[in-house]
Amino acid sequence: MSLLEIDGLTIRYADSPAPAVSDLNIVIERGEAIGIVGESGSGKTQTAMAIMGLLPANADVSGSIRFDGTELRGATPTVLNRYRACRIAMVFQDPRTALNPYVRIGKQLRRVLLEHRMCGRAEADVRTLDMLQKVGLPDPERQFRAFPHELSGGMRQRAMIGAALIGEPDLLVADEPTTALDVTVQAQILRLISELHTETNSALLLITHDLGVVAGNCERVVVMDKGCMVEEGLTREVFNEPVSARTEALLSSAPRIDSEVMSKPIDTDADPVLEIEDIAVSFRERRSSWGERLHAVKPISLSLGECETVAVVGESGSGKTSLARAVLGLLPADAGRVSFLGRALPSHVGARRNKVRRNLQMVFQDPLASLNPAMSVREIVAEPLRIHESGMKKEERNKSVDTMLTRVGMEAELAGRYPHELSGGQAQRVAIARSLILQPKVLICDEAVAALDGTVQHEILKLLLTEQANSGLSLVFITHDLAVVRQISHRVLVMYMGRLCEIAENETLFRRPRHPYTKALLSSVPVIDPEASAVDAPLAGEAASALSPPTGCPFHPRCPHAIAVCNEEIPELTQCNSTLVACHRAADLDLSY
Amino acid sequence: MSAFSALRPVARYIRASRMVAICVLFLLLVALVALAGPLLSPNDYISTDFDNRFGAPTMQGMQFFGTDEFGRDLFSRTLLGIQVTLFVAVIASIVSLGIGVIYGATAGFIGGKVDAVMMRAVDALYALPFVFLVILLMVAFERNFLLIFVAIGAINWLDMARIVRGQTISLKHREFVDAARLIGVSTPGIIWRHITPNLFGVVVVYMTLTIPQAILVESFLSFLGLGVQEPQTSLGALVNSGITHMGRAPWLLIIPASVLAFILFCFNFLGDGLRDVVDPKNKT
Amino acid sequence: MLRYAYLRILGAIPTLLLVIAIAFLMVHSAPGGPFDAARVLPPEIERNIERAYHLDDTLFEQFTSYLQGLWHGDLGPSYRYRDSTVSELIAGALPLSMKLGALAMLLAVVAGVSAGIIAALRKNTIIDRIVTGVSMVGISIPIFVIAPLMVLVFAVMLGWLPASWAGSGSSDRLLMPVIALALPQIAYIARLTRASMINIMSSDFVRTARAQGLCTMSIVRYHAIKPAMLPLLSYMGPAVAGILTGSVVVEEVFGIPGVGQFFIRGALNRDYTLVLGITVVYAALVIFLNLVVDLLYGYLDPRIRGR
Repeated sequence: MSLLEIDGLTIRYADSPAPAVSDLNIVIERGEAIGIVGESGSGKTQTAMAIMGLLPANADVSGSIRFDGTELRGATPTVLNRYRACRIAMVFQDPRTALNPYVRIGKQLRRVLLEHRMCGRAEADVRTLDMLQKVGLPDPERQFRAFPHELSGGMRQRAMIGAALIGEPDLLVADEPTTALDVTVQAQILRLISELHTETNSALLLITHDLGVVAGNCERVVVMDKGCMVEEGLTREVFNEPVSARTEALLSSAPRIDSEVMSKPIDTDADPVLEIEDIAVSFRERRSSWGERLHAVKPISLSLGECETVAVVGESGSGKTSLARAVLGLLPADAGRVSFLGRALPSHVGARRNKVRRNLQMVFQDPLASLNPAMSVREIVAEPLRIHESGMKKEERNKSVDTMLTRVGMEAELAGRYPHELSGGQAQRVAIARSLILQPKVLICDEAVAALDGTVQHEILKLLLTEQANSGLSLVFITHDLAVVRQISHRVLVMYMGRLCEIAENETLFRRPRHPYTKALLSSVPVIDPEASAVDAPLAGEAASALSPPTGCPFHPRCPHAIAVCNEEIPELTQCNSTLVACHRAADLDLSY
Repeated sequence: MSAFSALRPVARYIRASRMVAICVLFLLLVALVALAGPLLSPNDYISTDFDNRFGAPTMQGMQFFGTDEFGRDLFSRTLLGIQVTLFVAVIASIVSLGIGVIYGATAGFIGGKVDAVMMRAVDALYALPFVFLVILLMVAFERNFLLIFVAIGAINWLDMARIVRGQTISLKHREFVDAARLIGVSTPGIIWRHITPNLFGVVVVYMTLTIPQAILVESFLSFLGLGVQEPQTSLGALVNSGITHMGRAPWLLIIPASVLAFILFCFNFLGDGLRDVVDPKNKT
Repeated sequence: MLRYAYLRILGAIPTLLLVIAIAFLMVHSAPGGPFDAARVLPPEIERNIERAYHLDDTLFEQFTSYLQGLWHGDLGPSYRYRDSTVSELIAGALPLSMKLGALAMLLAVVAGVSAGIIAALRKNTIIDRIVTGVSMVGISIPIFVIAPLMVLVFAVMLGWLPASWAGSGSSDRLLMPVIALALPQIAYIARLTRASMINIMSSDFVRTARAQGLCTMSIVRYHAIKPAMLPLLSYMGPAVAGILTGSVVVEEVFGIPGVGQFFIRGALNRDYTLVLGITVVYAALVIFLNLVVDLLYGYLDPRIRGR
C-alpha cells in the first residue's frame, strides 16, 4: 500500500467558475521524493492544504486522499490532528509569518511533542535542543530561548523545518520552502531538506515553481497547470522529453544559467551615457537620531554605454537597490557623483531639470505598488506626457498612449481599467509603458521580473530587449536571479554587503568567475538538469548584519578560500585580465567551470 | 483622475447585504428629516398647551408621538431634535475631520522626528477624559452654541489623525510616489494628485464612525443640561426630559431614545462594514 | 525596553502639565469665575479665593502657585461651599467612586473578554450573532438611557433591587450601578476582543499550529491568547476614561455620593474650582493608568522588550 494516494481530488470555490484543483491523481510511496511544479494559480498549494486538511471552510472538496489506508479527506479535526506532525508535517513558505512572533522558538517546537503526548516535559526539552542542532542552528541553547524576530531568514526556516520534523513524520510537505530566501541560503536549506529526507527515510513532497529545485531534489515530478495535472513521471524523463505542450512551455521559458545570450553586441568604445563615480549611501537605523549609521553602499563606480545592459547582482543587504535609488536621486548619496552624457547631476531628483529627469527612469519590483490605485491605466501612462510635453493636445496625447500600450503588448480596451483590475504581468507592462513613453536613455529595472511567473517573465524580458534594440535604450538590471542575468546582460556587477566584488563581461563571468562569492552564487543556482551531479557544498553561513560588518573583506567569514590578510585588509578593485575584482587572492585562484 | 475608483468596493459592499441596505435607507431618511426638520409636521414645536400635557400618542391632531410636560407636540420636537442633533454632529465631525486630516497628513508626510513628536502627542492625548474638559469649557463659557461644535470636534480628531497619518505613510513609501517623482511631478503635485485621492476612501469611512461619537457627546452634554437651550432641542435633551417624567409618560423617553439608538446603530454598523472593506487589516 | 519605558514616562509629564494648563486657563477666563474681577460672592468665599489665588500676581505666577498647591495636594477652596476645600470634597467622595469604577472595570473586562473569545471561536454561529448584535446595541444606546431604564424596570416595575442609594443600606444597592456603568465597556471590549481574536486565529502562525496538530484549545492557550490581548491592553486607557465619564451619569441617576455627583453639582452651580479640581484629578489618574498600561504592553510584546 502506498503512503499517500490522492484520487480524483477536486477543489471548488463558490466565487470562481473554474475549479482550483480538478481531478488530481497522485501516488507517493514511502521514502520517495516527489515534486509538484507549476506557475501561480496551478493549484499546487491548494493540493498541499487539502492533504493537511487546512483548506478554508468554504472550499468544496471531493475525491479521496488516503494516507496509509485511512481516508483523510473530510475527516474531522480530531482525526486529522492525530496525523498532523507525527505522520504528515508541513513546512510553509514564509518563515517570518509562519512562526509565532510572540513565543520563543524552543517553546514552539516543544509544544508539538507535548501536544501529541510523545514524551514528558524534560525529555521534550532535550529532543528540541537535539532537533535545533540537527537543522544546523548554531548555539541551539540560545536559539531555544530566542524569539523569531531575533533570527535571520535562513535560521527561521531551519527552525520551521525542525518544528515539522520533530514529530518524526512519514511525509514532509514543503510548500515553496526556499522562495522567500536568498539564493545562497536557498542552497543551504535545500541541502538540509535533502539530507534529512535521506536520513529519516521519510517521504518528501516538494512544491515549487522553480524547475531547478525539482530537478535537483526529486526523483519524480508532477506538472500542474490551472488545477489539472498535465504530466507526471520520473523527473529526468519529463524534463528531457516532455510530452505535454504546457511542460514544454514551462521548460523553455525557464531562465537557465547556461542559456544563450539574448542581447545584441554593442560598440564598447563609444562615450558612456551614464557615469557613476564613487557613490556611497548610508542610513541611520530607524528614525532615531541616535541610531547607528548603516553603510548600505560603499564607494562604487560604474559607467554605462549606449544600448548596453549592465546587470547588478546581489542578495538581500547587498545595497543594489540603494545604489539605484541614489543614482536616480530618490535617496541622498553621502558622496560621489552621477553624470549623464558628461554633465554632473544634482543629487536630489527634485533639483534635476526636466530635460534630464526624463532620461532616467525606473521600473520597480512590485508592479501593483508602483501604480497609483486612483488612476486609470490611461491616466498613468499619460502623466509623463502631461508634465514634459505640455504643449500636446489631448487627442495627440491619447494617441501616444495607445501606441505605447500596443508596443508593450496591452490591448487597447484595458486603457480604462484601474490597477487593481490588472494581473501582475499586465501591471508591469503598464509600468514599463509609463517609463518608456518619454523615450529615456537609461532605464533601471529593480527586480522588475522577480514577482512574475516564468512565462510572463520571459515575455517582459523580450519586450525590454526589443525596446532596447529599437530605441537605443541602456538598461541597468538589478536582480538576484543569475539565469536572467545570463540571458540579457552585456556586463555584470556583483555586489556583497555594499561593496563591489566583481565586474566582468557576461561570458567571462559565467565561464571564469574571479571572486569566491560570484562562484558561490553561480553554484547555488538550482540547475534544471536532473542528470547534473551534486554541486559543491553550498556556501555556509549568512551575510552579517550591516551594523557590524566583519573586518577586512566583508565576505571572508564565509569564504572557503580566505587567508589571513582577508581578515585585516579590505581588498581593492584590481584588474585581472578583462575582469575587475576585489579579492586578495584573485591572482592565484582558479574558479573556472 | 478618479477618487471614486476607491469607492467602488464601497458600492459593492452596500449592495451586498439586506441589513446594510436597510441601514443606508434609514440614514437617508434621517438625512431628509434633518434637512426639512419640523416642517414635516403640521404642528409646531413651540406652542404649549397646558390642557393637553402628557398626552399619549394619538392620531388626533396628528400628534403621533403625544405631548410633553408643557403640552408641546412631541413629534415636531423629535423632528427638530433630529435636525439639531445631526446638524451639530455633522459640523463637529467636519471640524474633527479638518483638524485630523491636516494633522495626520502633515505628520505622515513630513515623517522623521516631527512625525514622532506629533504622534507621541496624539498617544498621550488619546486616553484623556476629554469630556471633562469640554464640560469645563461649557461651564466656563455659558453655553455658547458655536462652542459646542468646536468642543466636540476637538475631542474626536485623534482617531482621524492616526488613520490619516498611517495611510499617508504607507502611501508615501509606495513606489508609485517614487515613480511620480522620477517622471517629474512636483511635491504639490504629488500631494494633490497622488496622495490625497487615496486618502479619500479612508476618510469617508472614518467619518461614518466619527458622526455617532459626536452625537453621543452632544447628547451627553444635553443630558447634563449643557447642550442646546430651549426652545431648541436635541435628541439628547429630549431624552433628558424624558427621564425626568419616565414614570408618568414613558413614551417621552422611549421615542427619542429609540430614534437616537437607531441612528447610532446604523452609523456604527455601516461604519464597521466600510472599515473592513477599506482597511481589512483592522477588521473589527 | 528601557528606552521605551524612559520615553513613555518622560512623555506623561508634559501631557499632565498641558491638561492642567488648559483647564486652568479655561477657569481663568470664565466670566464670573474666581479670576474675574467682576465676580460677586459671599464674603467668606471671597476671602478664601483671594487668599488662595494671589490675584495680583501675573497669570504665569498664578499658574505656578496653583501647581505648587497641587503638588502639596491642595486644590484650592470651593467656589460654592463655604467651609470646604476642593481637596476635602474630593477626598471624601473618592473612595466610593473608586470602588464603583474598579468593580465596573473588572466586570467589563471579565464579561467582555469572555464574550469576545467565545464569539470569535464560534464565528458566524448563533452565539456569535447574539454577541455581535447585543454589543452593537450596547454601543448604540447611551449610558444615560440605559441607567434610568434599569431603574425603571428593575426597581420601580419589578422591585427586585433598590432604586436609590440612600434609601437602602444593603449591599445589593451596588449591583445595578456597577452593571450600568460596565455595560457600554462590556460591549466595546467584546467587539474588540472578538475582532482581535479572529484576526489572530486567521494568521499564518496559527495555520502552522494547526498543521502541527494542535487542537483549538491548545492553539488558543499557547499561541493565540497573548497576541490577541494586546489590542485590549491598548484600549484600557480609553476604557478607564469611559468609566470615569460614565460614572458621572450613573452616580447622578442612582444618587450615589461620589466624585461624579460632585462634578455635576459643580457644573450646574458653576463651582469652577471644584470642577477644575475634579478634572485635574481624573486626568492625572488616567494618565498614570495609561502609563502603566503602556509599560505593560512594552513588556509583553517581545519585539519591544528585546530592544
